[in-house]
Amino acid sequence: MMRMPAFTLKTPRAIAEAAQWLAEAPAETMLLAGGTDLVPNMKRKQQTPKTVIALRSLTALREIRNGTGLTIGAGATLTQIVNDARIRASVPGLWQAAAQIATPHLRNMGTIGGNLCLDTRCTYYDQNFEWRQAIDFCMKKDGRTCWVATSSPRCLAVSSTDTAPMLQALGARVHLISASGERDVAVADLYANDGMHYLTRRSDEILTNVAIPALDGWRSTYWKLRRRGSFDFPVASAAVAARLDGDAVAEIRIVLGAVASRPMASPKAAALLAGQRLTDDAIAAAADAAYDVAKPMDNTDYELVWRKKMIRALVTYALKEVRGDDMREQRVRIAKQIL
Amino acid sequence: MTVPTRVIGKPRHRVDGRAKVTGQTRFADDLIFPRMLHGRLLRSPHPHARIVGIDTAKAAAHPGVHLVLTGASFPIPYGVLPVSHDEHALCIDKVRFVGDPVAAVIARDEATADAALRLIDVEYEPLRTYATPEESLAHPEPRIHDYGDEGNIHKIVSLQFGEVEAALDGADHVFDDVFFFEGNTHLPLEQHACVGLKDPDGKLVLYTSSQTPHYVHRALAKALAMPAAHIRVIATPNGGGFGGKSDPFNHEVVAAKAAWILDRPVKFCLNREEVFYCHRGRHPVLMRFRTGVNQDGTITGMDVRTLLDGGSYGSYGVASTFYTGALQTVTYRIPTYHFRGCRTFTNKPPCGPKRGHGTPQSRFGQEIQLDKIAEKLAIDPADLRLNIVAPANSLTANFLRVGSIGLAQCIRTVVERSNWREKHGKLPLGRGVGLACSSYLSGAGLPINWNDLPHSGVQLKLDRSGGVTAFCGATEIGQGSDDVLVACVAEILGVDPFDVRAVTGDTDLTPVDLGSYSSRVTLMMGNAAIQAAERAREIVAQAVAARLDVPQSRLVFADRRVFDSENPNTGMTFQEAVCVAEAKFGTIGTTGSYTPPKSAAKFKGGGVGPSPTYSYTAAVVEVEVDPETGWVVVPKVWIAHDIGKAINPTLARGQVEGSVYMGIGEALMEEQVFRRLPARLSGALVHKFPSLLEYKSPTSLDMPEIVTDLIEDPDPAGPFGAKEVGQGPLLPMMPAIANAVFDAVGVRIDEVPITPEKILKALAAKAAGKPARYGPAGFPDIAWPEPLRVTPPWEGGDGRASNDPSRKSTHHVDAGVEAKAAFRAAGLRGSVASADKEVR
Repeated sequence: MMRMPAFTLKTPRAIAEAAQWLAEAPAETMLLAGGTDLVPNMKRKQQTPKTVIALRSLTALREIRNGTGLTIGAGATLTQIVNDARIRASVPGLWQAAAQIATPHLRNMGTIGGNLCLDTRCTYYDQNFEWRQAIDFCMKKDGRTCWVATSSPRCLAVSSTDTAPMLQALGARVHLISASGERDVAVADLYANDGMHYLTRRSDEILTNVAIPALDGWRSTYWKLRRRGSFDFPVASAAVAARLDGDAVAEIRIVLGAVASRPMASPKAAALLAGQRLTDDAIAAAADAAYDVAKPMDNTDYELVWRKKMIRALVTYALKEVRGDDMREQRVRIAKQIL
Repeated sequence: MTVPTRVIGKPRHRVDGRAKVTGQTRFADDLIFPRMLHGRLLRSPHPHARIVGIDTAKAAAHPGVHLVLTGASFPIPYGVLPVSHDEHALCIDKVRFVGDPVAAVIARDEATADAALRLIDVEYEPLRTYATPEESLAHPEPRIHDYGDEGNIHKIVSLQFGEVEAALDGADHVFDDVFFFEGNTHLPLEQHACVGLKDPDGKLVLYTSSQTPHYVHRALAKALAMPAAHIRVIATPNGGGFGGKSDPFNHEVVAAKAAWILDRPVKFCLNREEVFYCHRGRHPVLMRFRTGVNQDGTITGMDVRTLLDGGSYGSYGVASTFYTGALQTVTYRIPTYHFRGCRTFTNKPPCGPKRGHGTPQSRFGQEIQLDKIAEKLAIDPADLRLNIVAPANSLTANFLRVGSIGLAQCIRTVVERSNWREKHGKLPLGRGVGLACSSYLSGAGLPINWNDLPHSGVQLKLDRSGGVTAFCGATEIGQGSDDVLVACVAEILGVDPFDVRAVTGDTDLTPVDLGSYSSRVTLMMGNAAIQAAERAREIVAQAVAARLDVPQSRLVFADRRVFDSENPNTGMTFQEAVCVAEAKFGTIGTTGSYTPPKSAAKFKGGGVGPSPTYSYTAAVVEVEVDPETGWVVVPKVWIAHDIGKAINPTLARGQVEGSVYMGIGEALMEEQVFRRLPARLSGALVHKFPSLLEYKSPTSLDMPEIVTDLIEDPDPAGPFGAKEVGQGPLLPMMPAIANAVFDAVGVRIDEVPITPEKILKALAAKAAGKPARYGPAGFPDIAWPEPLRVTPPWEGGDGRASNDPSRKSTHHVDAGVEAKAAFRAAGLRGSVASADKEVR
């Protein structure tokens, strides 16, 4: 099997200690939560940190707290989120997103903080060292060219997190702690549309929790496209959070996943719906607007033109569900499971 | 055989089930020996290049490294087929695909070996690369191999049975269709692993996850120039094979050599990427079917052309090529038949045998074309097929001997179960049903290495304890061969399966069985086991009859007793019976062996296709296709398989369901595909996604409801009437899904995988008034050789080619009589049939 490269493992007793260690050599240190992303990447030599700080011992990071809204510790496992009745009741879209990540076994290990920080993915990059050597590597690691589009000045690896689009649509904020201070950042501002520098988190910062504001009266839903009912990362997704006023849309946010190097909001689609009833025509217009935002590239499963087309379908399904349509049959066809 | 069975046909837990579910099965990578070292292979990053030089000095000096090997240590080539010994354990002068091994490091652990691999300097001189058969046909030079039929064509063949063109001219309609079947791989969950060691006697031992320890044994003896008697190959239980562990592999030869040199155990465990490079999976095949059909749906003749993308080595490729044209005739009456096949080398991992070996591709084309014919002639696709089912106990145009054939019953069963008559053509837009059929060998009738030896041997030891040990070279790859062996022995000797121990897949301890491929094990090992057990029963019965003073013919072996059928209280336990027999005759041991009956096909190339008997399958698949998105869901499958007799129905059903699973994968998602980077920037030609995550194979959530029917009409050639079940049920799935998609949305997808974007493209073509299909546009012009002409049996043919230049025309045996005799012999269990000494 592929083996891990050598590294020093550090196990902090407190977040402050982790932050202190991280500050010592941020460029050569990586944080380990569930390990479902970092460990295979290290085996493939995509990431070769000298030091790994394991956050799993920090039990405080695993708490899910009710207050004004909901605060989820970054170390909460995806299984914890799937099993949390409060989350399922108040933010079903987040529950749907978490429940469709990877497999039950990987959800037992993977955390929400890890999913938010998930490395961007690309079929030219998510390969072992020898394969990447055979293409003379790529811009994201050890090479110069982005093989997805050889004239591209930036890396086009794909944001493949399921929870980020939903949390962005929900208006959530993350909390970042470093040795020099703390700050809150909107999930929308956590990401940049660059496959290499996709996080605005500084390398000395630890993401400690994500806070979802009180969303009384809001509906949320997440539609994920992938080849199979399990395992796969999204190749396109639509997250919608909305508050209706009677039949009309009072507030709505539509965020697409896996069609850029970051979650992509479609403010135009949202604006088209603001104050409108969710008629079939209105939904179709919003789906068209969302379609324009999606810029899938040929570096995931499925053909990119079809993936882009599917944005229309996914946004339509999501908006119909928000409208109150019974989408369960369609959901089972797409997700291969009851959600 | 009307005697009720007590083991055969009864659903049982498999004999190796406990070990597997409790984690006690020891796979190759579970083996740990004192002083064991670990090996890793350095693989080529170039798709096609000359090796200019290799410098291993730094790697050899790396701390913890015990040995570095290069191709210089492996001058002797090997390969599974005698006609293509084109592999070296490590490449000598050139590499032929990204992943071709060029050096090996043996070190104290894998990490050290890995680190040392990076210290090996290899200088390459890149050569032109070939990504497709079309490129290989267009450029004969440089050649990937310096052997083969010409240029970069490995094998090109043409076999003609009767006057096909005249038959097409005389038909009411001629259907001319082109199909493409994308390559895919086996994806066994267990990665290949092996441990080589020198045993205390100083002999070589190789434990390996192989389906064919006998062929590994032969390859090691040749490649290492060692006496076969001093080499022992032990097949560990395979965590899935599906054909992917049927070749001798580089790491096996290297592990053996390294262990021999170092006198320490050496383990190799491939990672998932390397398993994709070993490949030997489904050939990508482009095919053209021209079929003459009369208004009533009967076929007048069929002209089939196939173009195979063989990848970089021979493997089983010559056989694969013939298999793309072999079995079309065993399902339906095809009075005249012409097959042309061409396999090219390309710079990709070698293709070989995957479940169905060469036949699923052409079955896909044939069954879709039948659906098109049915539609054009306005005949129900089920009725069309029922009307042309090949007759039982007949010879086909290409001299394959059909024994029992339950195909019609399979079709009727799935038609009834699925409510086909109320569904086909009648469901609303977006829902549809499709039907397809298939057939497969119950074991290849001819051996790979031409000789007149048995294909399977079984030895039995009867113990004073009442226990029985059954020894056989057959290999448990998850299919249940150990269970079949135990069941056959237990049934004949009247003991419980738990009283029988199976010792299998060990070239020192067990008689040769050729291996777990071609669906041969149940039939061949089963017949050998029955013969061995019947001989043991005879010995025991003689002794017991004398002791009890009961006529031997009245003795019954059942319920662990041997007793008088007319006076059941007169008898003794099986254990007592064995002791009585041992006292009388000495130690009780017997053997049994099986050699398939002679083939009726005497022409060159006729060695591929013959089998003691064929299984048959029919399937109906229901699909939902969203015309807006092309999204396909398979909610339900009905499948009926003519198995002759199920030895253990639990396992047989498992094989059918596993086939449905694999078939859905091949139909809808699986593809072993490659990327070529922009030529002005890179010479790279790489596997697109050699990973378990990105190579898409269905999960349990993607599985439909399956209704399985086993059609049991015991075949005289099979043990207790059993035919194969491991491969045949896969074959109808892919065309049935394609036909169901047509029924759902009215477009033909003439290639796999059938993906949503292809369906949308076909729907767009239809909307634009173009042909309502997605698939290959045409079949290239290939300079086919003059066909070997064989007259079909009904025109007086004797199974020989009339124009075979390699054959003397003066043959004194009355071949027609011989063919008829062989045909009758097929009705018998061919356990001691003399082998065909004809030189092919």
